[in-house]
Amino acid sequence: MIKTRHLAATLISTAIVSPVVFLISIAFSDSFTSWSALVSETVISGMMTSFLLCSGVALMVCLIGVGTAWLVVAYEFKSRQILSWALLLPLAIPAYIEAYVYLDLLHPLGPIQSLIREALGYSSPKQWRIGDIRGLPAAILLLGFVLYPYVYLSTRAMFMSQPGNLLQAARSLGLSEFAAFRRVALPMARPAIAIGLSLALLETINDIGASEFLGVRTLTVEIYTNWNSKGDLAGGAKISVLLLSIIFLFAFFLRDKKNQASYRNARGAKVIQPRPLSPRFAALACVVGWLPVVIGFIAPSGYLIFQIMQRMDGSEIFTPAILEALSHSIQIATITTLICIFCAIIFAWSARQSVSSLASTRSSSINSLVGKIGYAIPGTMLAIGLIIPYSWIDKQINALLSLLNQPTIGLLMLGSIAGVSCACAIRFIAIAIGNINAGMARIPHSLDQVARGLGATSFTLLLRVHLPLIQPALVASTLLVFVECMKELPVTLMLRPLNTETLSTLLYADASRGNYEESAMAALLIILAGIIPVILLTRVNQTGNNIQ
Amino acid sequence: MSEQLILKDLTIAYGTRQKPVPVISNLSLTLEKGEIGCLLGKSGSGKSTLLRAVAGFHPLLKGSIVLNDKTLASDQINLPPENRKIGFMFQDFALFPHLTIEKNISFGLNKLKNIQKKSRTEEMLELIDLSRFRNSYPHELSGGQQQRVALARALAPEPELLLLDEPFSNLDEKSRTDLSVDVVRMIRQSGCKALMVTHNVKEAQTISDRMGFVEDGRLSRWSQTSSDPSRVHVICA
Repeated sequence: MIKTRHLAATLISTAIVSPVVFLISIAFSDSFTSWSALVSETVISGMMTSFLLCSGVALMVCLIGVGTAWLVVAYEFKSRQILSWALLLPLAIPAYIEAYVYLDLLHPLGPIQSLIREALGYSSPKQWRIGDIRGLPAAILLLGFVLYPYVYLSTRAMFMSQPGNLLQAARSLGLSEFAAFRRVALPMARPAIAIGLSLALLETINDIGASEFLGVRTLTVEIYTNWNSKGDLAGGAKISVLLLSIIFLFAFFLRDKKNQASYRNARGAKVIQPRPLSPRFAALACVVGWLPVVIGFIAPSGYLIFQIMQRMDGSEIFTPAILEALSHSIQIATITTLICIFCAIIFAWSARQSVSSLASTRSSSINSLVGKIGYAIPGTMLAIGLIIPYSWIDKQINALLSLLNQPTIGLLMLGSIAGVSCACAIRFIAIAIGNINAGMARIPHSLDQVARGLGATSFTLLLRVHLPLIQPALVASTLLVFVECMKELPVTLMLRPLNTETLSTLLYADASRGNYEESAMAALLIILAGIIPVILLTRVNQTGNNIQ
Repeated sequence: MSEQLILKDLTIAYGTRQKPVPVISNLSLTLEKGEIGCLLGKSGSGKSTLLRAVAGFHPLLKGSIVLNDKTLASDQINLPPENRKIGFMFQDFALFPHLTIEKNISFGLNKLKNIQKKSRTEEMLELIDLSRFRNSYPHELSGGQQQRVALARALAPEPELLLLDEPFSNLDEKSRTDLSVDVVRMIRQSGCKALMVTHNVKEAQTISDRMGFVEDGRLSRWSQTSSDPSRVHVICA
């Protein structure tokens, strides 16, 4: 007999996977844009741009992420400890904020070019200026400096767990320090690099704010434009299906054939001990190590604070628009977090109770896999995939109300805060599932058996044993999902109610009008929220807890 | 040319140069060509640190290391590990988990041409009788087989000295006895000197030509191994 919890988990899985199903069905419906027209006009150039952007970002994040991870694990120098967590700080800044700030900083009338002109003795941009930085190289650089922490985090964890003996064995077999890194440490860290890289590339594909602002027309930007400017849902869905196929192909190629478990042949061996550097090299390591932190976090957030302080004299910082946007952001983040935590608990509960039954185990692992799909679907595609089911739900509810002779309520899901929250929940549920499952896995099954032996039902077991024991994971999931929602742009931009702004959409609107500094406070609030997961990750490193 | 390993007045310390905490103090020993030397001692006595310093993984505070008339480390010189021609066999074998057995063994043969590399690897695989496992990964082998691979890998580049850090401690009693015979045979065949660290007296007595006891960072009674059990008992008392 199928238990209620398994049924609930399966229903949630169906809801998560439904946007993909609807995307495919819209793409293959014969309305509006035909496939051939799309291929000739938009897709080829968008695909090429996306490919170049992803390749460039991949190179950047690997160079910076792996390089800095090795630096803080293998060498001892001043500020190494602080640097090892400071390198995570760029995670707090969404790429679109980074783009707005740097475009302003490097504008011909911005502070950097003005300073250079002053130093060179020129008075006007007409006499000397650097051209517009918008374009693919700028997008690659900016995204690289924001997204490298994904690679840094996973690779550093791998380097920290590698047995130091292996490198010493390589040295005793005639390899130089660099050759030992290249031939032993690096290949062993490949699975970790692949995990970090795939997350960074998913974020790159998901981005529309930075790419659009920098004039880079990726496939994701094309999807948004197709829907937003032309109202062409089928066109957007067709590009989405193409992009989704590329993402799944990419995930297939990136998976490492060698199981990470096969690397565990060192029994309790000592880990790599950082080697003290000579004063000259220590200074160099310091400069190289801090550079990504300065470019990715200190400079942009410092400039935002500077702009806010400048405005403090003339106008109010917390304008009514910002306060209203903050309230909407908090509403969406709260509802999304509640949905995610509730659904993730049902997933974990269903998986926990299905250990004894083979069929249930299979359905639980399918559910768990489906839970992860949401994170792989870029926000714009998710939004397009949800438009049809949302309008169907609205129609059914209104039809039911008419049938009961009640007044209709209009749009409940489409263009509503509830709709945005459900979409965000589909996108971020993977974070909650990962953490809560990890928390559950640490509870010994003997506790379940003892509780059941003492007469506890499955539900009592969840309430009185599991939930109290996974409290740290619940807190971590709540914070992480909440913060991701505060930063989220594409889904909110496409599904929000008319004339309703969140912090991110307010910033996007002001940036589109060319005066993003109006929303500098909104940007700073998003960054402040973004620092929370960084602190969490730092605490995890200190206590050894497991947050995914 | 003298083919000896000479450790002279070695002092090795942890901590900083300003505040060193000595682990080994004024240790001297000599090992002749083809000899196997054993250092006995309790855990934490500094014997493994001594091996690591000889290999070049830990700096000397004082003293010198000379191998076959070449100074590897002294007040002025500190050759990096890759230039010392010293093989190292670790307690946990330290096999590269991402490489097959064949690639593990050929790892240190970079300076050889491909054909020579292949033939040397083949020779070592036959010597350890694991040719059929050439394409396996380390985790697919038993502890004893892994140990043989580690030895073959260390001996493949024909080092002038082989250092063995508790090489049998991860094995059960039977494998330990069987393998120690094989290890001695392989070291003797290779013709290099070997310095081994262990805390097992019987093992030291079976394997070594010379043995000594490290206690509180000092070496005592470095001399030819005696088959007289009462003498060994005195050394280790």
